[in-house]
Amino acid sequence: MELFLQQVLNGLTLGGIYGLIALGLTLVYGIMSVPNFAHGAFYMVGAFAAFLLTTRLGFGYWSAMVVAALCTALLAVLSERLVFYPLRNAPELSPMIAAIGLMLFLEAGAQAIWGADFHHMSGPWSGVLNIGGIVAPIQRLLIIGGAFGLMLALELFLHHTAPGSTILAVAQNREGAALMGIDPHRVEMLTYAISGALAAVAAALYAPINLVYPAMGQLVILKAFVIIILGGMGSVRGAIIGGLIIGLAESFGAFYVSSDYEDLIAFALLIVILSLRPQGLFATKLRTS
Amino acid sequence: MTYARRLAWPAVLALGIVLPLALHNDYLLTVMSTAFIFALATIGMNLLTGYTGQFNLAHGGFFAVGAYTVGVLTVDHLWPFWLAFGAAGLVAIVLGLAIGPLSLRLRGNYFAIFTLCVGYIMFLVIEKWDSVTHGVVGIIGIPSPPAIGPVSFDSPRALYYLTLAFLALGMWLMQRIVNSLVGYTFIAVRNSEPLAQALGINLMVTKVSAFLISVCYASFAGGLYAGAVRFLGPDLAAIDHTFDMTMYMVVGGVGTLAGPLIGALAVPWVTENLQFLQNYRFVVFGPLLIALLIFVPNGLVGLWQAIWARRAARAERSAQASRTVSGEPHA
Repeated sequence: MELFLQQVLNGLTLGGIYGLIALGLTLVYGIMSVPNFAHGAFYMVGAFAAFLLTTRLGFGYWSAMVVAALCTALLAVLSERLVFYPLRNAPELSPMIAAIGLMLFLEAGAQAIWGADFHHMSGPWSGVLNIGGIVAPIQRLLIIGGAFGLMLALELFLHHTAPGSTILAVAQNREGAALMGIDPHRVEMLTYAISGALAAVAAALYAPINLVYPAMGQLVILKAFVIIILGGMGSVRGAIIGGLIIGLAESFGAFYVSSDYEDLIAFALLIVILSLRPQGLFATKLRTS
Repeated sequence: MTYARRLAWPAVLALGIVLPLALHNDYLLTVMSTAFIFALATIGMNLLTGYTGQFNLAHGGFFAVGAYTVGVLTVDHLWPFWLAFGAAGLVAIVLGLAIGPLSLRLRGNYFAIFTLCVGYIMFLVIEKWDSVTHGVVGIIGIPSPPAIGPVSFDSPRALYYLTLAFLALGMWLMQRIVNSLVGYTFIAVRNSEPLAQALGINLMVTKVSAFLISVCYASFAGGLYAGAVRFLGPDLAAIDHTFDMTMYMVVGGVGTLAGPLIGALAVPWVTENLQFLQNYRFVVFGPLLIALLIFVPNGLVGLWQAIWARRAARAERSAQASRTVSGEPHA
């Protein structure tokens, strides 16, 4: 029983991180229909920013997280302006290829500047709580609390504030929103900023129990894509639930099946689900590009 | 113009044949052979992506599968090279029949993301399946392709001609495909799926055919790679190679016959002259590719065609002008 709950705790940790990353991806997809392959690189840049701020510039953990989120948001907005905005009327293939180009550019850039080494970043609290036999490192509880708190905040922001509603409006109907006086370009920039900030926060939360290196975003971005396909592209709740499904499946799979193939579980799940239900778990309408 | 066009391909081939006589440098010959191999794979990618409109991000994965089929069969099971080479095509078809119909139920972005995951699974399997693929150690000591009759392939020059022959064969076949009725159905599917369907084209059969031909090109190119480089590591299946091929395609011109060939030969040549970039080439190529997509979306071939079209239009206009000046009525 304790082992089971331990896996639940690990699954929630992973699910929280995956959910935050998938949320940014799904928001951008909802607005611009671009699968942003560079999103994993944003996550990596966020991690490096937090790492460098704490180790080189003497920032505290939380202030580093905030500044890293701002930097990554700026990077995301810049890529929207310089890469995705000029390609908005190009054939579908172009922004996809451009996103991959951006991803490889950021990874190669990070490697050129900071080297390919693995770095370790320490968290604010390294202690361990022992609740009825379950060993819960405080950082993991922090991740779960932070990630799900942020998801709740985002949900409130989208549904109960004017800027948040403009994002939903543009996602639903771009022209209609423009006729109502919403500037879609500003909404696009806002969406990219949010997606970058969410990726950076996820990175800063996860970094103390993980490693920081230039290729760290590759696997994560694939899993985030699996999640938003499962949850339905553009769906916020789908991303959160999908994140939990993948997080728990990996945690249990690694424990009960094989940790060698832990990373395969998400993809195997994707293939099984898409074979049975091509429209995803939660989406109701058929997928057309 | 048509006369020139008919002579263009034989001229390019002739250039390829005489080039080694001018190059007295084994290293450059090896570079060219590798470029030919990747060109062959890129041509295959272009059939599915450029002509049929489906962006397959597992293409590099199929390349690696072909290479590993040859590597595993020749080194561990002592199969003759050419038999293993044939098996590479067979494996690609079997895998393609399993993956194609499944992934092609999804459209556009979804297909790209799905195949990205498929490619990653191929990478993971190659890396983790120690007993078959030797995992991270890789496969060493793959035999070079044995002699066909009196022609042996153990020198860089012979290998150059072997890869050139396969590339020429691949180009010839591709030209036959895209100019056939089957090729036109591929293009019809790319241009509009509903319209193609209304014309009685079976979308799934068409897309799966394109997928199978495309991955066969990748797999055979991979098999050649195994024979030419004679060492394989799991990195071969990494997304980087798929991206390289995409870049060749975009540089040359997506959905054109000559584009992938031009891109696949021009880009490695540029990289060769920017040796210091080796590890960080994407610092330059990433932004370059984005700039190409924004400013030259149809690649070098598209640029060339646009220049020709403009020149032709100008000639037409001046001809018209001279006719009006001389008082002749024009139609």
